[in-house]
Amino acid sequence: MDAVLLARLQFALTVGFHFLFPPITIGLAWLLVVVETLGWRKKDEAYVRIGKFFGKILGLTFALGVATGIVMEFQFGMNWEKYSRFVGDIFGAPLAAEGVFAFFLESGFLGLYLFGRGRVSRGVHWFSSLMVAVGATISAFWIIVANSWQQTPAGYEIRNGRAELTSFADAVFNPSTLVRYFHTVDAALVTGAFFMAGIAAFLILRGKEFELAKKALRLGVIVGLVASILQVVPFGHEHARQVARTQPEKFAAIEGLYTSQTGAPIVLFAYPMTKPPELKATLEIPGVLSWLAFGDPNAPIQGINEFPPYDIPPLWLTFVSFHNMVVLGVYFIIIMKIAAWKLFRGTIWSSPKLLKLLVWSIPLPLIACQLGWIAAEVGRQPWIVYHLLRTSDAVSVTVSAGEILTSIILFGLVYLFLGSLYVYLLVRKLKQGPEPAHAKEVFA
Amino acid sequence: MMDLNSIWFLLIGVLLTGYAILDGFDLGVGALHLFTRGEADRRTLINAIAPVWDGNEVWLLTGGGALFAAFPAVYATVFSGFYLALVLLLLALIFRAVAMEFRGKVDSPGWRTFWDWSFGLGSALPALLLGVAFGNILRGIPIDAAGTFTGSFFGLLNPYAVLIGLLSLTLFSMHGATYLTVKTDGDLRKQMTGYASRLWMAFILLYIIATAYSLLEAPFLFRDLLGNPIFWVFFILFLAAGLLHPVALKGEKFFRAFLLSCIMVAGTIGLSAVSLFPLLVPSITDLAYSLTIYNASSTQGTLSVMLIIALIGMPFVIAYTWFIYRAFKGKVILGPDSY
Repeated sequence: MDAVLLARLQFALTVGFHFLFPPITIGLAWLLVVVETLGWRKKDEAYVRIGKFFGKILGLTFALGVATGIVMEFQFGMNWEKYSRFVGDIFGAPLAAEGVFAFFLESGFLGLYLFGRGRVSRGVHWFSSLMVAVGATISAFWIIVANSWQQTPAGYEIRNGRAELTSFADAVFNPSTLVRYFHTVDAALVTGAFFMAGIAAFLILRGKEFELAKKALRLGVIVGLVASILQVVPFGHEHARQVARTQPEKFAAIEGLYTSQTGAPIVLFAYPMTKPPELKATLEIPGVLSWLAFGDPNAPIQGINEFPPYDIPPLWLTFVSFHNMVVLGVYFIIIMKIAAWKLFRGTIWSSPKLLKLLVWSIPLPLIACQLGWIAAEVGRQPWIVYHLLRTSDAVSVTVSAGEILTSIILFGLVYLFLGSLYVYLLVRKLKQGPEPAHAKEVFA
Repeated sequence: MMDLNSIWFLLIGVLLTGYAILDGFDLGVGALHLFTRGEADRRTLINAIAPVWDGNEVWLLTGGGALFAAFPAVYATVFSGFYLALVLLLLALIFRAVAMEFRGKVDSPGWRTFWDWSFGLGSALPALLLGVAFGNILRGIPIDAAGTFTGSFFGLLNPYAVLIGLLSLTLFSMHGATYLTVKTDGDLRKQMTGYASRLWMAFILLYIIATAYSLLEAPFLFRDLLGNPIFWVFFILFLAAGLLHPVALKGEKFFRAFLLSCIMVAGTIGLSAVSLFPLLVPSITDLAYSLTIYNASSTQGTLSVMLIIALIGMPFVIAYTWFIYRAFKGKVILGPDSY
């Protein structure tokens, strides 16, 4: 196999595995801020215990996120040497800024949050939970900045064979940064909310800690409903509009628009065939895509046929991942609406089917995150920096295919092992349930 | 007046020194974990670093990011050139991180033994490998005119680099043992004091050998060195700390000994940095192909933006890091939240 494909597989593997953990930690961190606030201000013991229980889960998840995150930063230089030379003047700064402005904050205060009970005042402990959430969210910002610059580069000029910075503000706030940032952070909130709601549902089904689980479930469902709705409108919608304007090839690929048309339809269901590109078994509504993207049902939209074959992304994977993400997004709204309705009616506690569904839905937002990421990154192909540098021209010259394969196997095995242990320990922790209430108050 | 390129040489040096001082003792504690018996002692070692190791590792992450931003050619050449070595380093760091979190989660001796080894080797290996990498950079690596690495993985394991690897493993272990004299009590502290003074001897011995070896292997490091006042500042600090460290240990001034061991770490890196400047990565193919702070850097615009970021951000980082360390000062107490 050639080195470019292997390097891409390696990146997909390591970023995909890493990206399982940050959405959980970002979402959970904000929910814990709410929990800690209620526990502190309302002097509610149940919230204090929810904080301890989910704090342990946050710690476990965070360890995996940190461990797999360092790989990300090293990997650009390791596998993508020519890319690193080409973008170094721009791409390194957000990564360094992430460390300086966010990761120090998040990691430092996580230690204080997890181990500082009894060593610092209650207010400082609460503050540390806030700083973990703030740090994690700023961290996401700089990472999205870096990645968005690959999608829609701005604030640069090509000189001396590389992209050189002309405006830091333009590079940071390039056309896709903000919409992608909101879409990603809200995805993390959805993930965290499903996590908390699902775990609470699990405790209720096992007849454990009913009073505590009720409160966690309520919080998870309320945040989950709001975040799921916002994820589609405005965040998902605005992101799609941005892609339509700035990356027409990607837009055509994810929407399955293979020939240019005015009044383009939105495809609800289809099976994409690639040679030649066409959709089979299509269910579509005419004019809606044009209306959604450009506010006019008759607006013309470019199809795949307008671009040379060597400039279009893989069609099958982008279409399938994007559409399944949307399906999941709709499912999240529906299940959270039902849960919120039953919560309002007070009947959720006696609806084991819904509670079971919530438990089994825990991993679904993670899958949606992965699908969204695949649509975004595969949709950018064949470019590593959109319209500036091709992925095939970006790999390391000194690294052989054999070396990359070795590292894929090593990382693959280790990640499989650690991923399984994470799930095992998480399930174990859930079965044990929260620690008993008698643990005496450690705050002076 | 220093130019921006020199300022960034200094700042990368500060970040790497921050990493070596802070995560250095974490790695040392992990390596010493292999020599600790008994559940209570082992847990004490892990919990001595549990609340802070994560923040400490961020210095490496930020150092890497800053290197990418300020000297992308160095980042690209070195990281692709040291490919397999870095894969090993990353895997070791991954195992170390999860070992602490996983170890106490299942009450079984086999489980704990596995994670004890993961934690110990996952700490010792990075301490060694970071030294090997640093040794190769000091000695120079094969780089062609285009700045591309032309060596091999086994070429990186040359005797000089391995010696520097052992030197860093010894230094971090000494540093970790000294840190533990501050964080522990009783027999465990006695044990750690013993380790710290023996490791001190080993370090001084290896340092002298390494210096002599450097004269043979990389004579360019010593060009104009003695006339450089910054060299003398580092040298005197390093010498003084090195001489006073065993005195402080003997007098049971543990915190003082720890500060001295921090200065020894900083001095070791500072002295090598002064010798390298203005080179970043010497080329042994032809010294003229070396990557320097000028030919490997980003544009002046990027260096200025980065400097502003560092000046805004780092004071906060230092302030709250200090605050967090203060919250955890004193001996390790195993409680309900401990690992």
